[in-house]
Amino acid sequence: MSLEPQELSELKSKIGRDPTSTELHIIAAEWSEHCSYKSSKKHLKMLPMKGPLVINEKGYDSGVLDVGDGYVVTAHIESHNHPSAVEPYGGAATGVGGVIRDILSAGTRPIAIFDGLRFGNIEKDQQARWLFKNAVTGIADYGNCLGIPTIGGEVEFDDCYQNYALVDVAAVGFGRKENLIKNHAQKDDLVVLLGGSTGRDGIGGSQFASDSLESEDRSAVQIPDPFIEKLIIEAILEARNHKLIHAMKDLGGGGLSCAVSETAEALEIGIEMDVDKVHTRESNMHPDEIMVSESQERMLIVTNKTKLKKLQEICKKFRIGCSVIGHVKSDNQMHVKKGKKTFANLPTDVVANATLLDLPSKKPAYLETIQKEKKLKPISNYSKTMMTLLASPNIASKIWVYGQYDHEVGIRTVLKPGADASVLRLDNGKFLSAKIDGNPKQCYVNPREGAIGCFEEACRNVVCTGAKPIGMLDHLQFGNPKDPEIFWTFLESLKGLTDFAKYFEIPCVGGKVSLHNETPAGSIKPTPVIGVLGLIDKKPLVPQKIIESDCLVILGDTKDEMGGSEYFEYIHKFIGGRCPSVDFAESKKNMKTVLDSIENLLLKSVHDCSKGGLAVAVSELCMTNQIGCNISLDKIPCEKLDVDRILFSETHSRYLMTLDKKNLKKLETLLKKNKVSFQLVGHFGGDKIQFNDGKKTIIDLRVDKAQKTWLNSLRDLVLHG
Amino acid sequence: MKVGIVVFPGSNCDRDMYHVLTDVFNLDAQYYWHEKTLPKNIDAVILPGGFSYGDRLRAGVIAAHSPIIKDIQKIANKGIPILGVCNGFQILVESGLLPGVLLKNESLNFMCEWTNLIVENNKTPFTNQFKLNEKIPIPIANGEGRYYVDDETLKQLKKKNQIVFRYSQVVNGSSNRIAGVCNEDGNVVGMMPHPERAVESEINPIDNKPSSLIFESLLVKMGASN
Repeated sequence: MSLEPQELSELKSKIGRDPTSTELHIIAAEWSEHCSYKSSKKHLKMLPMKGPLVINEKGYDSGVLDVGDGYVVTAHIESHNHPSAVEPYGGAATGVGGVIRDILSAGTRPIAIFDGLRFGNIEKDQQARWLFKNAVTGIADYGNCLGIPTIGGEVEFDDCYQNYALVDVAAVGFGRKENLIKNHAQKDDLVVLLGGSTGRDGIGGSQFASDSLESEDRSAVQIPDPFIEKLIIEAILEARNHKLIHAMKDLGGGGLSCAVSETAEALEIGIEMDVDKVHTRESNMHPDEIMVSESQERMLIVTNKTKLKKLQEICKKFRIGCSVIGHVKSDNQMHVKKGKKTFANLPTDVVANATLLDLPSKKPAYLETIQKEKKLKPISNYSKTMMTLLASPNIASKIWVYGQYDHEVGIRTVLKPGADASVLRLDNGKFLSAKIDGNPKQCYVNPREGAIGCFEEACRNVVCTGAKPIGMLDHLQFGNPKDPEIFWTFLESLKGLTDFAKYFEIPCVGGKVSLHNETPAGSIKPTPVIGVLGLIDKKPLVPQKIIESDCLVILGDTKDEMGGSEYFEYIHKFIGGRCPSVDFAESKKNMKTVLDSIENLLLKSVHDCSKGGLAVAVSELCMTNQIGCNISLDKIPCEKLDVDRILFSETHSRYLMTLDKKNLKKLETLLKKNKVSFQLVGHFGGDKIQFNDGKKTIIDLRVDKAQKTWLNSLRDLVLHG
Repeated sequence: MKVGIVVFPGSNCDRDMYHVLTDVFNLDAQYYWHEKTLPKNIDAVILPGGFSYGDRLRAGVIAAHSPIIKDIQKIANKGIPILGVCNGFQILVESGLLPGVLLKNESLNFMCEWTNLIVENNKTPFTNQFKLNEKIPIPIANGEGRYYVDDETLKQLKKKNQIVFRYSQVVNGSSNRIAGVCNEDGNVVGMMPHPERAVESEINPIDNKPSSLIFESLLVKMGASN
């Protein structure tokens, strides 16, 4: 247990006595970093959380956005890092399960899953490969079985995750506004535990996640059962249709302790419960174990006596457990009994509100030296460098991953994985676009600009589909917050995200903070992962096939911003330099321009320019369309830059627009009117990817060869090392 | 004209199938929970995809013992059209209504991708609107989709015209690249790919017309028999 000495004395003074063993277990779970956000909560308030489409109500575990015509979209993001680092299959699978139940608890049907995965160097490290392979299978087996499509995500490898794993899962739900659960409760209402049985798995999981990972405590990892989760989803949606649910909460970190105390606190009620009424998987479980077990696939429901019968009927149909474990009182106490004997009796506000910390922060020493650039070895053969990049694990196609995820089930998926952002059709004729992005390499070089960059990249991706960003999810993953240098990077990232969110009026609709992400070699790089949801009122831009003599126009300036780039880190093994920074005004202008161009039907496709820079982005267009292109580097809008900078800089706010040449005049007029920086840089055609520096062709690759390498290298690496 | 969609615990393409039958093809479709009985006047039955019983033991094997299977066997004998898609196909095979067995894909992975089918039998209630050898772009999404029969059974299947769909190229190691088969009478059809995911142009990146013919065939068949 990780209750600090001063926390124990605080607890004693708050309740005026020594706590019982059960109370200690409950408090240790609920006051853990994982459940209480004690280090971050004070600061998270800076993020804007309100907006015209945001529906704020008490007790929701997910963000709710009004998408019109009586419909809502819900969204949430979670991670399951510690469990996945020990047991990647179960850790990743239960990560999916947890976030799905957050969506469900608002009363909406989960309709999409996204996952962001990060591991160590899979080229060198077999364990990283094992973690990667099994996390992917865990997500596939869980999501596929539920029949919820996994439609997007990202995969990244970096030495900083050696012997570790970051598994982030975001989910989106959809439903009618009138069906949202209006969390409320009255005295004598019943508290029901529904779903899987409570066992000894995941005991103390939230504390496990709130410490640095030192021991491989497998009993703290939860066991996944997607079949039960599927039954719970259907049973709960049926119960929702019959209006049987007064309030609902998923059992996640902290198990019953957390669900009961947080429900009571949010609804300003008391709950008295009997652990003997909990349906358990094994006999002789101690009340302490029952209260903190994180067995999966369980939901807490508040209903009343008259509705109970119907609820039990539904659970019987699906053959899932449904136990009345307690009832609602008006005393604001969380009262845990076993039969007649009391094991815990605590004020809910004490349980649910750990004392918030105000941790010190200090600018990390490494940042003073890292910004300076060293002299790099000149590149003699850019074609070779390009092939190396296309085969590199971070840039290679992720088809080996998403090909294992059912991304079509639910028949909503209009734009499928591999596109800039995924797009789902909604029942009101609108479309939802979504993307998650992270970039620890840039966040390490500059925590503020790096975080803003992740946010802008996710926005760019949804804008490429014709969507206007309407909401953001943030997942802030850092090392031990008690290290002032690490806490500084957390605050810098958060401030950057806040500034961007405010400027663009994109509310934060949900998020998660995961601290204590430490590996044997030290802390992970700052890893905020940002999800952006966009709405399309009419039609998404579905990329049309590029053909001979179509034009390529680049929007946005390329700058000397190589810090944290794949080119610096993968090719030159150099960490440092100047990180790309977002010019807010230019970013806004470019986003608007892309949306205007799409609305005027001038484009065949728009592709975001990010990892690997311009050279990789252009190659991706060629490879997915199986057509060559001829690009003049001297036409790229930029200050005077060396060739490698133009090719590989990861400057933000840049878009590659492809179009039929008959639309070129109209597009140029629109771009000029919007006063953006742009150039026609080349045409498509032939079977080679060619970049020219003046008259000299410096990159000359056959599309089919490049494509084969790009598509197969990740799979070959996983299967054959 | 009533089409029944059978729902097992863990079915997850039932709602997709319902949407396609009702909203796209204007059919009168109804869900039947696996413990219920099927009405005598039902005109067609579809077993949708999913993970019945979480694919425990082997895909489809537990659902094949559901109470409703007895009814399905009865109406199969009456010649009423029955279609099993993906997990529905696995259940039909496990319950003995169709020959063969479905094994893990050769890659040992779940596979979600678009492929092409070739129509080998255009006499079934689900293929009567196709020309022989017509191509259907369609997605697959399965982990246990490798159809297997021994050589002798394969010979019989060919002889009795029971191979309905084949993949245009090797996808998962299926015997003879088989993607769908029917019973000897031709009224019970099973297929691994998902036609319900391919009939609307909005979500079909290639061509939604061929997959639509599967449902239009059923409409023609039912029109003819009514």
